[in-house]
Amino acid sequence: MEFSTLIQVLDSGVRLGIPLLLACLAGLYSERSGVFDIGLEGKMLMGAFAAGAVASITGSAWLGLAAAIGGSLALAAIHGLASITFRGNQLISGVAINFLASGLTVLIGQNLFHLGGRTPPIKGAARFESITLPGADALRDVPVIGPVYYDLISGHTILVYIAFAIVPLTWFLLFRTRFGLRLRAVGENPESVDTAGVSVLRLRYTAVAMAGILCGIAGAYLATSAPSAGFGKEMTAGKGFIALAALIFANWRPWRALGATMLFGVLEAVAIRFQNIDVGLFVVPVQFMQALPYILTVVILAGFIGKATPPRAGGQAYVKER
Amino acid sequence: MQANKDISIRVMPGTIHGIIGENGAGKSTLMSILYGFYRADAGEIFIRGKPTIIHDSQAAIRAGIGMVFQHFKLVQNFTVLENVILGVEEGMLLHPSLARARVALAQLAEEYALEVDPDALIEELSVGQLQRVEILKALYRHAEVLILDEPTGVLTPDEADHLFRILGNLREQGKTIILITHKLREIMEITDTVSVMRRGEMTATVKTSETSPEALAELMVGRKVLLDVTKGPANPGANVLEVENLRVIDADGVERVKGISFAIRAGEIFGIAGVSGNGQSELLKVLGGFQKATGTVRINGQEIDLSGHHSDGQTRRARGIAHVPEDRQHLGLIMDFTAWENLIFGYHNAPEYQSNALLMDNAGIIAEAARKLERFDVRPPSPMLPAKSFSGGNQQKLVLAREIERNPDLLLVGQPTRGVDIGAIEFIHKQIIALRDAGKAVLLVSVELDEILSMSDRIAVMFDGRIMGERDPEKTDQRELGLLMAGVGTEAA
Repeated sequence: MEFSTLIQVLDSGVRLGIPLLLACLAGLYSERSGVFDIGLEGKMLMGAFAAGAVASITGSAWLGLAAAIGGSLALAAIHGLASITFRGNQLISGVAINFLASGLTVLIGQNLFHLGGRTPPIKGAARFESITLPGADALRDVPVIGPVYYDLISGHTILVYIAFAIVPLTWFLLFRTRFGLRLRAVGENPESVDTAGVSVLRLRYTAVAMAGILCGIAGAYLATSAPSAGFGKEMTAGKGFIALAALIFANWRPWRALGATMLFGVLEAVAIRFQNIDVGLFVVPVQFMQALPYILTVVILAGFIGKATPPRAGGQAYVKER
Repeated sequence: MQANKDISIRVMPGTIHGIIGENGAGKSTLMSILYGFYRADAGEIFIRGKPTIIHDSQAAIRAGIGMVFQHFKLVQNFTVLENVILGVEEGMLLHPSLARARVALAQLAEEYALEVDPDALIEELSVGQLQRVEILKALYRHAEVLILDEPTGVLTPDEADHLFRILGNLREQGKTIILITHKLREIMEITDTVSVMRRGEMTATVKTSETSPEALAELMVGRKVLLDVTKGPANPGANVLEVENLRVIDADGVERVKGISFAIRAGEIFGIAGVSGNGQSELLKVLGGFQKATGTVRINGQEIDLSGHHSDGQTRRARGIAHVPEDRQHLGLIMDFTAWENLIFGYHNAPEYQSNALLMDNAGIIAEAARKLERFDVRPPSPMLPAKSFSGGNQQKLVLAREIERNPDLLLVGQPTRGVDIGAIEFIHKQIIALRDAGKAVLLVSVELDEILSMSDRIAVMFDGRIMGERDPEKTDQRELGLLMAGVGTEAA
């Protein structure tokens, strides 16, 4: 494989991995607090639709982003209400949110734009522009470093850099601050938090809201940064579930989440670029590459490599016992 | 329902105040109110003479009340230090709080002999150490009043002694301790004052030095309780159970039972004493059919399968072995299922429970369940309630009713009265003795020496997977059995 091809694949891996990374971190906050979130997909979809609709109407990418976060937060609020306050089943609530988002986006989209559920293509200031990092042009022709810096590191939209910045931020928040200690505790043993005089409900709502914000950003990224910018019906196409798989793969840790989502992104990029790969003896079908993230997750879950240990109180509503 | 009725209690500083009562007497409710978990419908709390409103745990902590719950409230994958600071961190960042707690913990450890490694993970600690972490948590929050809810329920006798030494230290340093328990011995051993609760009411508060276990027991139950079991002489018949050279190697490859042999005859109670974890549980599991073993076991002269290939709880029951397991909440009952369902588990394939080839005779089963509940004095006697809504003693009666009513040849009973209140203990003992008098064999495993001594017709002591010796309950005493339990013995069988 040529070096330039490698750079291209990695670059498109990053682009494909970013929504996974944001959704994965969203899931990380929610699940670390003990609230399972299979509604990542739905929240992302709602975010993408809100971003596409508002950006195309107002012509502002930033307003689109704000709308995406708002739309995703609204669904997060439903999830919080159902599973934290009313102690409903978190998986069912998540499934409901996925259905709700899938139906609502098309319904509202068709009503507003009459494009069969799509939003009009967005252009110019309604899209986030690629940012050329300082010195990228100058370094462009330097061998090896040039392509890596110019093509791979530079030239992404602001949302990509925000997503990467959230990784160390999340790590710091989780493991170095009071909020993080309490968040991790509430996902492991909410009683310990309650008896310490800290509100379990408030912590979990905060975590679910953070998941909402991050899914909103992920959705905005999908709708405003993709080559064919604009919202399309079911455009998340299962990314929320791959992000969940990445979360398990990452063992609910932020740096590993970065690694897992980038790996999954690159795998997807490889599948798109090469289709069937001929390794000489046999041909690896493209479906295998597409299935690889899931296969890897199952391997991790089965305990062959490392061990996935989810937060102990995950999935259980907190009921104060006598 | 009224869990606490018009209760007044005054606890003096620098004392250990015991609160004793049967399960469900309202002790835990009272303490939950003090810790802000529940709000009382009426009444006032005074701390050092000042009326104090405790509407949540934070308020209780501010008021200087610390609570050590029966089930620890610790985060498993956190260190001791992280658990200690949880909820009382200073500032947004963790580092300064952790450093400060490290110093404070070292001081507390020295002051009260409360050593715990601050960097150890909770999941690596023993139960006794976990309890010390809970006490440290309370002291780190400047607790002046420490409430302990059934603190020895999960401890070994050694650990319990250690705990009592710590409590003694705390009292010397002027801390006030409220000890909730249903064990009379602990009250007599360590408290200065004792309050007795019965059915939500405070029936008496007395100086411990001026009372006796019998008097307290009577106050708890509201009538005289026979702490000694009355039973006639045994009338043993032929061997029902014969065990020869039984060995158990568990899943971790550790030999838990190291070649034991004994026999139990019809019409006798064979008691096995010992500190828990010396192979008694494994013995029960082998006989109950869910643990592999080697050796020979015969029931009424016929050998039973020990390999685990052809046996389970069902086949054992078919051979006339009934089992009241040690861990009734996990092995004896399905807590979310109703009483009537629990009353047939294990026997649910019996022909009399079926209407026809397809359907079970639920109406008949429920009617029979109601009669069983009546006979075994289960309260409340309603077969439609889930098992979890019964108290510990009544849950045990459910298991006993199921097993005894099937009229087994051999009854295996593990810790029949663990977590059971005094009134129910008496009833359970009577039922087991009645079964013996009906000519059945009983294998009784208990860590309560009193129970073993008063119930058994013959006593064996297990230590480190071996039977240290067999004794006649008439000719032995607590001291001799205690030595055997500690592995100091003359004969090894």
